[in-house]
Amino acid sequence: MRIVVLGVGNILMSDEGVGVHAVTDLSRRFQIPDGVEVIDGGTSGMDCLDRIADADLLLIADCMRSKDKTPGTITRLADDEINAWFKTKISPHQVGLSDVLAACCFHGISPRRVVLIGVQPASFETSLDLTPQVAAVLPQVVDALAAELDAVGVRLEPRKAA
Amino acid sequence: MSKRITIDPITRIEGHLRVDIEVDGGKVKKAWSSGQMWRGVELILLGRDPRDAWAITQRICGVCTTVHAITSVRAVENALNLEVPVNAQFIRNMIASAHAIHDHVVHFYHLSALDWVDVVSALSADPDKTAALAETLSDWPMNSKHVMRQTQEKLKTFVSSGQLGPFANGYWGHPAMRLSPEVNLLAVAHYLQALEAQRHANKIVTILGSKSPHIQNLAVGGVANPIDTSSQSNLTIERLLAVKEHIDALGAFIRNVYQVDVGAIGAFYADWTKYGAGVTNYISTPDFPTDAKGTQFLVPGGHVPDGDLAQYKPFTQFGDAYLRDGVEESVKHAWYEYSQPGPLHPYKGETKPHYTDFQDDGKYSWLKAPTFYGKRAQVGPLANVLCGIAAGHQPTIGYATKMLDTVSTVLGAKVGPEILHSTIGRHAARAIRCGVMHDVLQQSWQMLVDNIGKGDTATFNKPTFPKGEVMGFGMHEAPRGLLSHWTVIKDGKIANYQCVVPSTWNAGPRDEEDVIGPYEASLMDNPIADAEQPLEVLRTIHSFDPCLACAVHVVDEEQGSAVTVKAL
Repeated sequence: MRIVVLGVGNILMSDEGVGVHAVTDLSRRFQIPDGVEVIDGGTSGMDCLDRIADADLLLIADCMRSKDKTPGTITRLADDEINAWFKTKISPHQVGLSDVLAACCFHGISPRRVVLIGVQPASFETSLDLTPQVAAVLPQVVDALAAELDAVGVRLEPRKAA
Repeated sequence: MSKRITIDPITRIEGHLRVDIEVDGGKVKKAWSSGQMWRGVELILLGRDPRDAWAITQRICGVCTTVHAITSVRAVENALNLEVPVNAQFIRNMIASAHAIHDHVVHFYHLSALDWVDVVSALSADPDKTAALAETLSDWPMNSKHVMRQTQEKLKTFVSSGQLGPFANGYWGHPAMRLSPEVNLLAVAHYLQALEAQRHANKIVTILGSKSPHIQNLAVGGVANPIDTSSQSNLTIERLLAVKEHIDALGAFIRNVYQVDVGAIGAFYADWTKYGAGVTNYISTPDFPTDAKGTQFLVPGGHVPDGDLAQYKPFTQFGDAYLRDGVEESVKHAWYEYSQPGPLHPYKGETKPHYTDFQDDGKYSWLKAPTFYGKRAQVGPLANVLCGIAAGHQPTIGYATKMLDTVSTVLGAKVGPEILHSTIGRHAARAIRCGVMHDVLQQSWQMLVDNIGKGDTATFNKPTFPKGEVMGFGMHEAPRGLLSHWTVIKDGKIANYQCVVPSTWNAGPRDEEDVIGPYEASLMDNPIADAEQPLEVLRTIHSFDPCLACAVHVVDEEQGSAVTVKAL
């Protein structure tokens, strides 16, 4: 089984980068076994296609803005919910994660399953640091990622303290 | 009566590039290009170690990661007058040229071809006729009947799945769509093959840059790739041979598919060579240095005033004084304020936000308005190709001639380089430059292998930072054009940092003298067939390869609410 954990977002804009912070922390806290690839995707699109293609599970961590949710709220979406989400009303042709997934689909190399762990942001201020509200839930986001892996039979071992 | 149309966003991601136009008599009469995001990276860099700046600046943009990284180390090296071992130059050249190829191919097939190609129409094409047509254009083996039938089957399956992704809500059936079903099917087949091609480019960046999308191997003073012909973990001959295989695969696609498609599709839309010229004052930088000081380059660059190749004036080295002294940025129409009146040189640049609402005659953009000796300038592959032609650069002239020949054949009439100053011409120039980039990639690979063969394995010169103040700027001919980073370093810490990016040159708002920028100028008199579906605006703006949409990647739960074409 091939699993890809992809953190996306811009770490220059505080909470926008929460996905990247989450996967970085995941690698810091746990030993990543063979068969699991952790990618800091930043804000890139097509650059990640190669590694997403044909994955058995694509686990995405991202900043996710929803109406009426308090900053730090963690939301889980899976498979069809994600596809429904990425439909837009205009023809923009901007390559983003949604386009990469669609390109995979067209090519017949879609990841078998896609799960997205999203975090409601408090701010997109220019800063390398998360806001306190979002920083406070970062360990839970990492736990949520670990739990998803656990659910498919990949138990992560904590790294030994240096 | 004139009609105001707001397109926000003009790219998928909310809140980045907004274009407003006023249409009268079916044509654009006024235009505003507005960057909707504040990029405050300059402030994050203040007080930091200049050796770390590249790793931070490569996060400015998701598509242009490596180019900011390379430009940043060059800026610091320029400030320190630091030479770079030629091996490091060759490795950087390969990363930059592979990245450029990736960008150009992805831009054409995945970002902008859908402005010209009607994907749904491809469903009704005759695959055998498509293959026959393709054979008249090139001898690419993947143009067979079998491939065309297979492509159409894939497309049917994909469309019936209901998940159209990048094809959703295209302007299918728009009166401005004019390709036959067969040409549309050919383009869709090549869209799929382009996915394969871009993987080769990406692999090269990954092997050399250690990681993608954010390369890890750069350093102020060189690269962090120890060259060792025996060790497994370092840059070995074996890895270099793997790179060569990817280079060869890319070349076949560029020459037999990408360049041919752009020529043919361009010819079918020949009327678009009359629109979109906009600002014809062009600048581009020489790049792909082959010496330690940055005075010898594989590709020339300079200034072409008023579109007149005879007046071409080259930039000759890193730190070129003619380039350095000509750049200023105005914030008269941008959401910033300066501590003094008038435009500022980037070394003295200030990043102090001052947001107002969108004011047609006042401030309306987060982009500053750069000028070159007081005039607006267009940057990008077109500028670079024009400089190459003016400078007598043989690879550029060779690919340009081939492109114009393809157009002339399909059109049945002889055309010359003057058609390049246009919306479709920017696509042609990008495909021409892509060929040049492939030559650069091959040459740099050979030069690296030859140099290692001579026993030179140096890749890094250690920087030392003097007490007191030094300043420098880095220049790079990025896929979207001239990119420069300007830095002032005081006692080894960053005291000022300004990025003047290609999209600032092209997408910037009105300047100090209220003169419109290249995006805005390029839209003037563009025809608009249907104000509810302003496809023509997208065609012209997309021809620049707009890049503002890359800084943010938020997923918005209220899909559709933010992405609207407002026709007021």
